[in-house]
Amino acid sequence: MDISKLRETAPFAWTLVPSGGEPRAPVVFYGSRELVEAMDDKVVEQASNVARLPGIVGASMAMPDAHWGYGFPIGGVAAFDPDKGGIVSAGGVGFDISCGIRCLRTNLDGESLPPVAAALADGLFAAIPAGVGEEGELRLSPGEIDDMLVGGARWAVGRGYSSPADLEFVEEQGAMPGAAPGAVSDLAKKRQRGEVGTLGSGNHYLEVQVVERIFDAAAAEAFGLAVGQVVVCIHCGSRGLGHQIGTDYLVSMAKAAERLGTHLPDRELACAPIRSDEGQQYLGAMRAGINCALANRQVLTHLTREAFATVLPGASLETLFDVSHNTCKAERHRVDGRVRELFVHRKGATRAFGPGHPELPDRYREVGQPVIIGGSMGTASYVLCGTAESEARSYSSASHGAGRAMSRHEALRRWQGRALVDQLRGEGIFIRTKSMRGVAEEAPGAYKDVHVVAESTEQAGLAKRVALLKPRICVKG
Amino acid sequence: MAGDGPPTAGEAESPGVDYFEHAADIGVIGRGATVEEAFVHAAEATFAVMADLAAIRPLSRFRVRFEEDDAELALARWLNRLLAEARSRRLALGKFAVRRKGNRWEGEAWGEPWHPGLDRGVEVKGATLTMLSVRANGGRWDARCVVDV
Repeated sequence: MDISKLRETAPFAWTLVPSGGEPRAPVVFYGSRELVEAMDDKVVEQASNVARLPGIVGASMAMPDAHWGYGFPIGGVAAFDPDKGGIVSAGGVGFDISCGIRCLRTNLDGESLPPVAAALADGLFAAIPAGVGEEGELRLSPGEIDDMLVGGARWAVGRGYSSPADLEFVEEQGAMPGAAPGAVSDLAKKRQRGEVGTLGSGNHYLEVQVVERIFDAAAAEAFGLAVGQVVVCIHCGSRGLGHQIGTDYLVSMAKAAERLGTHLPDRELACAPIRSDEGQQYLGAMRAGINCALANRQVLTHLTREAFATVLPGASLETLFDVSHNTCKAERHRVDGRVRELFVHRKGATRAFGPGHPELPDRYREVGQPVIIGGSMGTASYVLCGTAESEARSYSSASHGAGRAMSRHEALRRWQGRALVDQLRGEGIFIRTKSMRGVAEEAPGAYKDVHVVAESTEQAGLAKRVALLKPRICVKG
Repeated sequence: MAGDGPPTAGEAESPGVDYFEHAADIGVIGRGATVEEAFVHAAEATFAVMADLAAIRPLSRFRVRFEEDDAELALARWLNRLLAEARSRRLALGKFAVRRKGNRWEGEAWGEPWHPGLDRGVEVKGATLTMLSVRANGGRWDARCVVDV
């Protein structure tokens, strides 16, 4: 993008101010000059479109990993006030509702991995249904699906999928309140019948990683992380049910907007007032979708533990944290000295509560919420912690990944899946996949430099680096 | 066909199937002499992201029907109905047909259950309304949108 149109209003914060009485909120891009300059012009267009939506409070924001998405940019954050005509947007959440990362810390040292890495990779690949067309073993009746949509990860624990101790370290303690299974279509529930406990495809993955560096000793101690330790990150979402909720409400909201005469700069920004029947229905369905994702990651956590137990019988895997990326949540934020309830959309962005936040588990309350920036299968990922400053800067939001640097088609032109798998094997990374196309599309070089994104996230005050994780095994969806 | 599975931009096997660039997801294009033909090719473009269409046997068939005045929303609904039915029926789809009667759209799709012999691409989650366009130009229809993967 042409950065000359922006003003650096704070370190690592670049603001596009409205010009000529243009009726929109400011747009703020977080990141280094290089990251922001490298963002596609479409990110500016999409973030500016968000800034025109009714009831927006403060700025439309793009996190350091932002890239061109649909409707909102990926990495887009915006908050809306229901008392000021604020809206909820199906396109502002996206199809993969509550796509997120479950991070597990283990009692294993990275040096124990090489002798068993191939067997562990095979065991995980056999245990975790991954890729297009794959199904899980769990089959749910319509009544059981409704229970899952209310209970989330708590429902999965109740069904025997691992430990109640996990729940304290899942956002919303494992179950999003306000879910309305009745607002979810039968087709959405039908799509989910065989998809509970599946990883999905595209950028979804399960990675076994090793902590290579600690940046913040106190936070690392609170998170239970040390150099050389093995951790596991599971990236997936609400599967077919979430996709169908997005599909159903996107079209109905687009039609409602036309009926109400609401001008949408992009139809994908289809939205409804929070205080409307359409808005409330979507919120109920979307919260059910969040619970579906939380249940899915809980089941996958259980399957991961079983696979580890087969290869490494003494392994212990504890949930460090579970963060969601594609959500709209009602939160209380201080704006201009007053606490207001706002509906914060995060599309490809992570909630990042700072130290002392009442919703954090006791163990993390002094250091802030764990934030996970998932990198590519060949580079690195980061664990960070929320900061006090991010409340004022980004409604406590931070980056969620490295962010794509090029299109999937461009990646396919540049890389070949089989060659990448072999190359990474030479670097000590075991890849297991059913889709060589998927591997090529997700090539490490197709992503921005995750180290620059993590550093920018810290420099912008959105979250602080705690640990650097290097991949050793990756099951690709 | 590409070495890594289904065709990509510039490699599509059908002349009516094409793709356009999008940073995170994939832009699909269907072209044809009629809007129906364009919709069929848009479906082929979408499902070719997931599997090699030529390898899919037409062992199973289903029908979809919906009413939609807006041709652009009809494209999104057509693709999303196919994606939903394919997923709920656990089918890989390879062949499509659709007819328009006023605002009524009646379509059919053929495919087979997923099996290890099918070359896997990446899953399409849904057809978005971003860059959604259905236009006729010089007697040729062009139907396109971004699909989320």
